[in-house]
Amino acid sequence: MREISYAEAVAEALSEAMENDPRVCLLGSYFFGLSPRRVLMDELKEKFGPSRIQDTPISEIGIAGIGTGAAMAGLRPIVDIATASFIFQAWPQVVNEAANAFYMSGGQTRVPVIFHILHGLRGGGAAQHSHSPQAMLWNAPGLQIMLPTSPADAKGLLRTAIHSDNPTVFVDHSLLFEVKGPVPDGDYRVPFGQGDVKRVGSDVTLVATSYMVQRSLQVAAKLSAEGIQVEVVDPRTLVPLDKETILASVAKTGRVVVVDECHRSCGVAAEISAIIAEEGFSSLKKPIKRVTRADVPVPFSRVLENAIAPTEDKIEAAVRSLVS
Amino acid sequence: MLPNLPRDEIKDIFRRCLLIRRFEESLIGLHREGGSFGHFHVYIGEEVTGAVAMRMLQPDDKAFTTHRNHGHLLARGADPGRLLAEIMGKATGYNKGKGGTLHALPGELGFLQTSAVVGGVIPLAAGAAYASKQMKKDFVSICLFGDGALEEGAAPETFNIAALWSLPVIFLCENNSLGLGERKSSDYSGSTNAARHLNELVTPYGIPSRVIDGTDAAAVHQAMSEALNRARAGKGPAFIEAQTYRWAGSKPLWPDLLTGITDLTMAWDKGKIPQEHRQWHEKQDPVLRISREILEAGHLSREQILELDSEVRSEIGKGVLFAKESPLPDPQSAFENIFA
Ligand SMILES: Cc1ncc(C[n+]2csc(CCOP(=O)(O)OP(=O)(O)O)c2C)c(N)n1
Ligand SMILES: [Mg+2]
Repeated sequence: MREISYAEAVAEALSEAMENDPRVCLLGSYFFGLSPRRVLMDELKEKFGPSRIQDTPISEIGIAGIGTGAAMAGLRPIVDIATASFIFQAWPQVVNEAANAFYMSGGQTRVPVIFHILHGLRGGGAAQHSHSPQAMLWNAPGLQIMLPTSPADAKGLLRTAIHSDNPTVFVDHSLLFEVKGPVPDGDYRVPFGQGDVKRVGSDVTLVATSYMVQRSLQVAAKLSAEGIQVEVVDPRTLVPLDKETILASVAKTGRVVVVDECHRSCGVAAEISAIIAEEGFSSLKKPIKRVTRADVPVPFSRVLENAIAPTEDKIEAAVRSLVS
Repeated sequence: MLPNLPRDEIKDIFRRCLLIRRFEESLIGLHREGGSFGHFHVYIGEEVTGAVAMRMLQPDDKAFTTHRNHGHLLARGADPGRLLAEIMGKATGYNKGKGGTLHALPGELGFLQTSAVVGGVIPLAAGAAYASKQMKKDFVSICLFGDGALEEGAAPETFNIAALWSLPVIFLCENNSLGLGERKSSDYSGSTNAARHLNELVTPYGIPSRVIDGTDAAAVHQAMSEALNRARAGKGPAFIEAQTYRWAGSKPLWPDLLTGITDLTMAWDKGKIPQEHRQWHEKQDPVLRISREILEAGHLSREQILELDSEVRSEIGKGVLFAKESPLPDPQSAFENIFA
């Protein structure tokens, strides 16, 4: 199978979707942020032109709502909010309009829109550019949430989202852009609600999301050399959530660390831990551990950012504390 | 043109312009040497607006600024060393390394928030003006923001409220999009606004506005005087659009000294102006423009201009040294200041 980068896989999915379906369009074009991969967006713009890829004013609430309304009326828009922190400017349209529409209309109004956000610590983003709002979004029923971590998952999940009749938030991370991996040809899709065991192990389960999957894989590789076999479970979507894959792994290892970039309190790791405690308690040999961002606004200075971040060191220490 | 002010005040304005220019040039140099500041934005091309406007504020007046804040801070008296230390994430920075370039905040100088959320400060500044009015204080509030901020919904909501409640707030919109052509993916956009005249966005609310050349010190002074008088007299908000050309070095993704280190002798020696970026050196650069005006008015001689510049450069040099030698914050301090 051919190997391409995560960013290329995303660009391919966008390109093919726009070729195959005239209803698919993009509002906003900072999909690859300020990374060198932004040239991929230039290529797409050249190919499809402004009628399909629309640069927008700095108007997040406007474009989120216009994307949502256009979806209600038959388009399949992808709204690029770019930096995840700016989805707060769009909050009312995302969580109070898009998320609610299908349910509160008694199943009449469909909202096939995708909101794309780049979340997480990226080094020097400071407090206003580093949010990981997936837990807040998870608290708004009606939104599907996907967080791919490999090129194949990125393309396959994005295809599923584009074909879905529900609003989806594509929680993306710029530190994943250069991750390389095999990507199948043809019209494959990765279904929502199907987690993936990214590494098999028998001693400790690491449930990780988004970029934290990559960090967890690094730690797992390192510890394997010492004879500690870590299993890395990537849920891939939070809504719907594949509890079975998580619980099956915990049943096997009896030890679990949940790793996520949200702030600790009420974060993604908190919710996953609660599910494990409720439904997998009998298989636990040790208390559940969480490695998350501390409950602190994100500081600018790298030494400070590092102090609050879910780093490889902290993941490793958490795993070790369960096997010692 | 220069405002009708005594020589000392003109010299002070000029000094602030130079301080900003030399600061930003040093910053870009440090970035080239490998300094990692996160994405940063410089104030080159807008110096005269900040230098004139900020020194007209009273110590009690409140100010709010954005990602493009360095010039505003320095113009109101921020210490270059502490500002640079903040940008470098050092413990001695204004925010103890927590803010960086995007949020640098010398609170002691009346700055209340430096927000990198485009449009974020517009309501906040009106809020400070509301507090002034409620508490029957004399301070006014100034909101510094870019043309892009007018694309955010927070702007019209705030204009409406500020007008309804006659709040003592000055909306100083720095439109630095002149000369910005078609946008590439690597650029931030110039104004993407259907309004052909940005100042007309406040007209329906009855907020008076002025559109000025942001490199014209007299125009900035005049517009600010009117706005300040109005606010202090309890007559409500005012809007100023200060237009400037986008400096070539601000167009790439990372600021770059595309026009070179500013050579002030270009102000009187046209032969020194290179063909490349000629328009910038001859017409658009506010620092060269004010240098020429000061010479023509006889406020300073060529020698005095260069002397002032070398004073400023040595002050910046000391600041650079201070920032470089400053320690990084203690990692544990990440957990301080979460609550008051
Ligand atoms: C709410 C929000 N959306 C998008 C951005 C990304 N962004 C940073 S600077 C910028 C352009 C701002 O233009 P303007 O307000 O004119 O300020 P300038 O940089 O020109 O001084 C954008 C879109 C942001 N910081 N905040
Ligand atoms: Mg601008």
